[in-house]
Amino acid sequence: MLRAIFVIFFFQLLGEALKKFFEMLIPGPVIGLILLLITLIFLKRFKTRAINNLKSDVLNTSNYILSYLSLLFVPIGVGVVMHLSYLENNLFKVLIIVFISTVLTIGLTAFLMEKINKRINKK
Amino acid sequence: MIQKDKLYSIWVYLQAEPLFWLTLTIGSYLIGDYLYKKSKLFPLVNPVAISILIISLVLINLDISYERYFDGAKFIHFMLGPATVALAIPIYKQFKVIQKEALSISVSLVVGSLFAIISTFAFCEIFKIDDQVLFSMLPRSATAPIAMGISDLIGGIPSLTAIITIITGIMGASFGTFALDFLKLKDMSARGFGLGLASHGIGTARAMSRNETAGVFAALALGLNGIATAILVPLLFKLLNIF
Repeated sequence: MLRAIFVIFFFQLLGEALKKFFEMLIPGPVIGLILLLITLIFLKRFKTRAINNLKSDVLNTSNYILSYLSLLFVPIGVGVVMHLSYLENNLFKVLIIVFISTVLTIGLTAFLMEKINKRINKK
Repeated sequence: MIQKDKLYSIWVYLQAEPLFWLTLTIGSYLIGDYLYKKSKLFPLVNPVAISILIISLVLINLDISYERYFDGAKFIHFMLGPATVALAIPIYKQFKVIQKEALSISVSLVVGSLFAIISTFAFCEIFKIDDQVLFSMLPRSATAPIAMGISDLIGGIPSLTAIITIITGIMGASFGTFALDFLKLKDMSARGFGLGLASHGIGTARAMSRNETAGVFAALALGLNGIATAILVPLLFKLLNIF
């Protein structure tokens, strides 16, 4: 567990450093995600016991953290409610726009993907 | 009377410490999660929305500032970064499926990302939203830190973008599955991808609580659309300024 936490924090740290260095718009954790993914794929070639142990440790800990993913959005979410007045008289309009546009985007994206997948699988 | 004074002094002591706000956050989330499971994972009973509501009510009624609350809750907020890194694991496990669906992923990514931005723009024009609010809304389908960066770049207000982005996430997580069911979509990878693309982390959390494959594709879409939005919004913005 502790080793896995170290690995995850380390990759985030690496991501934050790279973001700052290259002045990128992509957040540090997303860069950390990409780096960790590349490392995991690269490590596939080396099947020593130590690497396998560490890998399964990281896998288990990550699954544990991710099972509480939605909890982690609560603190900023409360901020949203407390700061809704920022939107002033736009609030109602913004809510409608966000609702329609988000639901349509989800439907369109998933629809397109399912149709393409079906066509490919038929061939 | 003495009793009451004593209780009040205990409260004054506790509310100044992070522990109280941490406990409140986890407690209200557990209530939300309990109701969510009790409702058989009905999307409108969103655990995030419920706990946000409970905590906001407590803060408003006790006249506590958000800054005081966040000072305690920031320990939970901090884990958002590591959790994002941890999303590498489900993506890694499903890497073969992702490679197989590379074509549908790229097409839906570009179309979905463009649609999210352009439809937001079109609706803002219809509803006559001020430019500054409009600019703050354009990157809302990207994950909050990316969206705020883009907003700053094109002349929006980053804190407003943060608010709109979170609202987008909650809307997507609460209502997205209705759209997917309405269209009778069965492909878990497609359902997850749509949720993650349009409603980033909160949509991903929702997808992950329902189905692993959906969760993986949501996480993938969250990462990819963060990057796509960061490229497309400034690009479309420049085009808009030319015409």
